[in-house]
Amino acid sequence: MICLNGQASDLPAGETVAGALARLGLSTDARGVAVAVDGEVVPRAAWETFALAADARVEVLTAMQGG
Amino acid sequence: MASPAPTQADTDPLTIAGCAMCSRLLLGTGGFPSLELMAEAIRASGSELVTVALRRVDPQARGSLIDVLADTGVRLLPNTAGCHTARDAVLTAKLAREAFATDWIKLEVIGDEDTLLPDAPELLRAAEELVDEGFTVLPYTTDDPVLARRLQDVGCAAVMPLGAPIGSGMGIRNPYNLALLRQAVRVPVVLDAGIGTASDAALAMELGCDAVMAASAISRAEDPVRMARAMRHAVEAGRLASTAGRIPRRLYATASTPDEGLAEFPT
Repeated sequence: MICLNGQASDLPAGETVAGALARLGLSTDARGVAVAVDGEVVPRAAWETFALAADARVEVLTAMQGG
Repeated sequence: MASPAPTQADTDPLTIAGCAMCSRLLLGTGGFPSLELMAEAIRASGSELVTVALRRVDPQARGSLIDVLADTGVRLLPNTAGCHTARDAVLTAKLAREAFATDWIKLEVIGDEDTLLPDAPELLRAAEELVDEGFTVLPYTTDDPVLARRLQDVGCAAVMPLGAPIGSGMGIRNPYNLALLRQAVRVPVVLDAGIGTASDAALAMELGCDAVMAASAISRAEDPVRMARAMRHAVEAGRLASTAGRIPRRLYATASTPDEGLAEFPT
């Protein structure tokens, strides 16, 4: 099962990072967004092609007020 | 029309990693009740460098922090707030670089939940790794002069010692250490954490700090915009005072009016 921002998702194995972003209502040109899969940064240029493994842990992060 | 005389800020910029800024006040964006108030406070503070954190996307979130900050024209300083290990901080910094297209990072590695004090060994390890990765690293550190020097030696662009724990508003608890720290390093010193009110910021600058960072002191004040203005004046006043050469402290009075020519009255 692919875990998206700490929540179990029904994303199928092989789904791209772009597909995961769409699930959160984000397009691949969203400003101020970064993605990590299994603790590694996935650069924006790879979002359309990076395929998620069946047990991938995906973190989609953005700016929040802080510090 | 004659152009106005240059202010101290125009002629005395803060330079970090080759980037010159007129304002010596850094602002944290956390704790503001609304984005509108945050933007107004940023403008009132004159700050050119503000921190942002990185958190999971909330599809329900209203308004875009990034867009609001872009409108104010400030430079972003992403932080690694909430990280407890060098590993997490390094990964967060890399994600911030991806998200915000800046290699500047305010490095925080927290070692204790109650005081939010930095974890010195993890901090130093993360700083070294991030410098090697090409980041411009501004570490949130304790007021230990030796640790500050170690952070400088691994290549940090500035050091950000605390005056007191984050959000405590306790001011500068150890001005002596801060003065020693100032002498121990060549890189800019940005007093971070502990500021409660304007006089704390002025004191930091009088002690020789190059800049002050304020977050809760402004964002959680009853009137954040008014406090932002107060901090701006305090930082400018403290900088002027620190470069003006204060008089020495003396135990006894020194008359400011000469006795010469003093009238003599009949008894």
